[in-house]
Amino acid sequence: MAKRAAPEINAGSMADIAFLLLIFFLVTTTMDVDTGITRKLPPPVEDNQEDIDVKDRNVLKILVNSRDDLMVNGKRMDVRMLKDKAKDFMSIHPNDDTYPETKDKFIEELDKTVVASKGVISLKNDRGTSYEMYIAVQNELARAFNEMKDEKSVDMYGIKYSQLVDPVKIKIINKLVPVPISEAEPEDIGLN
Amino acid sequence: MSRFKTKKGKGSAAINTSSLPDIIFMLLFFFMVTTVMREVTVIVKQKMPEATEVQKLEKKSLVSFIYIGEPKDSKLYGTSARIQLNDSFHNVSDIPEFVAKERQDRDEADRKFITTSLKVDGATKMGIVTDVKQELRKSGALKINYSTRKKVAKRQ
Repeated sequence: MAKRAAPEINAGSMADIAFLLLIFFLVTTTMDVDTGITRKLPPPVEDNQEDIDVKDRNVLKILVNSRDDLMVNGKRMDVRMLKDKAKDFMSIHPNDDTYPETKDKFIEELDKTVVASKGVISLKNDRGTSYEMYIAVQNELARAFNEMKDEKSVDMYGIKYSQLVDPVKIKIINKLVPVPISEAEPEDIGLN
Repeated sequence: MSRFKTKKGKGSAAINTSSLPDIIFMLLFFFMVTTVMREVTVIVKQKMPEATEVQKLEKKSLVSFIYIGEPKDSKLYGTSARIQLNDSFHNVSDIPEFVAKERQDRDEADRKFITTSLKVDGATKMGIVTDVKQELRKSGALKINYSTRKKVAKRQ
């Protein structure tokens, strides 16, 4: 009679143990991706820095008060209109006094000079403005510039900006459509 | 031929389940690898505003979070918006120290890529957010991200 080998360890419960661990990780997993609007803050101002004079027609002044009302260049406006206003403001009209001045800008990558707008968008909010409103304004402005980038990109390469892969092309579009949003130094206006 | 006949006579054989643990282990490893454990418990209300033009926050290890909002336990901490750094409430003046510490925790080569994600409750007033932003500017943490939820855009 042949001698029997040592009995195998029963692995039947292995699946149960693995299941238990699996369920633990299933429950604790959070798959949400963090999303948001990315912005770059300006470096801190030095005390002796002089104010740069910008011509009035070159600035789109956006003010948001503590009641979440929006004022653009002295007129009240709905947030939904802001995108078109910003796009219109940044469009190039060399011979129109109501639009910002233009300048010639040399793009190294393209090796040619293009006409660019001197417009700047200035955003100022009150301490009492709600964060929701602030994000809504930022979002509308981001939308305006993203649409402008898309248009430029379709114009030049036939595809949208978000679908561009070549970093050189992305750089060119970013140079052609800069995002000149300036946030004013905080000031206390009005009570909240 | 006779062999087949005898087998049939015994009834259908049980399904072989010996590879079940392997399949389960495979799933287990997938979840183990993808799981990100929450490092901090958020103690302020977080109802993020919605936006359409959002970008994904990449390289999670290079992001430091600042939570701002009304305390969840309003009986104990009141209803005015507070700043949460790591696991506790802090003042605006604690932010430079927080930024410095976040920098120290990272590799020297990665330090300039640190993004500060502001997770702010939608109902918060801008005053406290502006203060935080000013402190971040002073401490040189210039890359920021306003955390928002993605809204499905209705394109005109």
